[in-house]
Amino acid sequence: MEATTYNYKVVRQFAIMTVVWGIVGMLVGVILSAQLIWPTLTEHLGPLAPYLSYGRIRPLHTNAVIFAFGGSALFAASLFAVQRTCQARLLSDGLAGFVFWGWQLIIVLAAVSLPMGFTSGKEYAELEWPIDILIAVVWVAYAVLFFGTIIKRKTQHIYVANWFFGAYIVTIAVLHITNSMEFPITLTKSYSAYAGVQDAMVQWWYGHNAVGFFLTTAFLGMMYYFIPKQAGRPIYSYRLSIVHFWALNFIYMWAGPHHLLYTALPDWAQSLGMLFSLMLIAPSWGGMINGIMTLSGAWHKLRTDPILKFMVTALSFYGMSTFEGPMLSVKTVNALSHYTEWTIGHVHSGALGWVAMISIGSMYYLIPRLFGREEMYSVKWINTHFWVSTIGVVLYIAALWIAGVAEGLMWRATNADGTLTYSFVQSVEAMYPFYYIRLLGGLMFFAGMLLMAWNVWKTVASGKAVDNAPIPQAVQA
Amino acid sequence: MDSGLIGSILTVIFFLVFVGIVWWAYHKDNRAKYDAAARLPFEEDEPTAPAHSEEKAQ
Repeated sequence: MEATTYNYKVVRQFAIMTVVWGIVGMLVGVILSAQLIWPTLTEHLGPLAPYLSYGRIRPLHTNAVIFAFGGSALFAASLFAVQRTCQARLLSDGLAGFVFWGWQLIIVLAAVSLPMGFTSGKEYAELEWPIDILIAVVWVAYAVLFFGTIIKRKTQHIYVANWFFGAYIVTIAVLHITNSMEFPITLTKSYSAYAGVQDAMVQWWYGHNAVGFFLTTAFLGMMYYFIPKQAGRPIYSYRLSIVHFWALNFIYMWAGPHHLLYTALPDWAQSLGMLFSLMLIAPSWGGMINGIMTLSGAWHKLRTDPILKFMVTALSFYGMSTFEGPMLSVKTVNALSHYTEWTIGHVHSGALGWVAMISIGSMYYLIPRLFGREEMYSVKWINTHFWVSTIGVVLYIAALWIAGVAEGLMWRATNADGTLTYSFVQSVEAMYPFYYIRLLGGLMFFAGMLLMAWNVWKTVASGKAVDNAPIPQAVQA
Repeated sequence: MDSGLIGSILTVIFFLVFVGIVWWAYHKDNRAKYDAAARLPFEEDEPTAPAHSEEKAQ
C-alpha cells in the first residue's frame, strides 16, 4: 500500500542532534580560543592533558561543527524538504534509520579518535581509513534514500532546493572518495595515495569544494526551501535560481588552487584558481539577491519575525563572505592575508554568519512542526538568540580582520638594511587584545546555542512527536 | 590534439552550454512552468501570495 504519511522521525532525530552537536562543537571552539590566550590552560589536567592539547582538539572542532552540527542540520533539512516538495514518503524507513545511526557512529568515532591523535593529516579529512570507509557507505545510503524519494515523487517538477541538495550529495561522494584514497599500514594509520604537490592539489580541490558544496550548495538548498516557507512567499525568481545553480556548479570545482598561492603548485594553476574564485562573485551574489528579494513586499515581517531575521542575516553574511573570499584569493591580497588570523575570520564569517544562522533559522521553523506545535516555546528567546549571536559574530570577525592585517603587515615589514622589523613572537604578542575579543564573540555565539537548547527542550516537552503528517492525495500539475 | 587544445575546446563548449541554460531558463514559453514550480513548497498549504513575476505582469 502506498504511504499516506511523511517520515518525520529521521528529520526529528537529526534536528535534535543539530542542537546537541552544535553545542559540543562550539564548546570545543571556545576552549581552543581560550588556549590561544592561555596556552597552558589544559596542561594541568593530569592524564587528560594530552587529549585536550590544541593540535588534537582543533580538528575535533572543525569536524564537529562542519560534519556533526552542519551535517545533521543538512540531513534534517534535506530529508524534510525532499518529502514535502515531492509529496512522497522517504524511500525506506530502514535506510533512513541506517543513515541516522551510521552518521552518529561516525561522529562518535571522530570524537574518540581525533583527541587520541589518530589523523591522516588532511584538513577537514583527518579521519583515518576505517572511518573513511564508513562515511562512504553511509553517504551512498543517503544518496539512495534521497534520490529514491525523488524518483517516487508525485509532483512533476523537481523543486530547486532538491537540485542543490542533489548536487551536494553527488559531489561530496566524489570528493570524499577521491581525496581519501590511502594505503592502510595499521588499523589506525594510513598514507595518502598521492604525493607532493599532487597531494596538496587533491587535498585543496577537496577542501575548497567541501566549502563549496557542503557549506554552500547544500545550505543554499536549505535557503531555497525554508526562506520561502517562513516568509510565506515563493522565491523571488525561480529562473534566477536555475542560472544560480548551474553557474555555481560550473565554477566552484576550479577554485581550489587559491589555497596554494605562492607554493610549489604551477603558476598557471594558481592563476586559474584565482580567476575562477573571482568569477564566483556573480553566482554567489545572484543567489543572495534571490533569497533576500523573496521578502520584497513583505519587509515588515522582518520587524516581528526573529526566524526571518536569522535567515536574512545569514544571507547578508553569505554575501559578505562570498565577496571577501574572492578578494582574498587575489594573489597580491593573499600575499598579505595568507597564514594570518584574517583567514580564520573569513571562515567564521561564513561558518557562523551564514551556515550556522541559516541552520538555526531553519531548525526554529522545523522543530515546532515536528512536535505538533504552532511555534517554538518562546519566540522572545529566539529574538534574544538572534541578537546575541549576531553581535558575537561581528565581534569575532572584526577582531580577526584587524588581527590578520596587523599580523600580515608585521611579518612583511623590513628595515632599510633588509632585516625584519619584527620578530615572530612580537607579532604573536600583538594578537592578545584581538584574541580576547574573539573569545568573547565565540562565547556569545555559544551562549546563544545554549538558549536555543533550552527553548527546544521546552518545545519538545510541551509538544508531541508528529508521525501522521498526511501526504496530499490529489495533486494539481 | 594536445591537451591545451582539448581544454580550449571544452571551455568553449561549456560556455555555450551555459549560455543555452540561461536562454532556456529565461525563455518566455517557460515562464508559466517556472512560476508553477516556485509554488511547489506551498502546494499543500493554504493559498499564498502569487509568484513574483505574475505580480509584475498584472
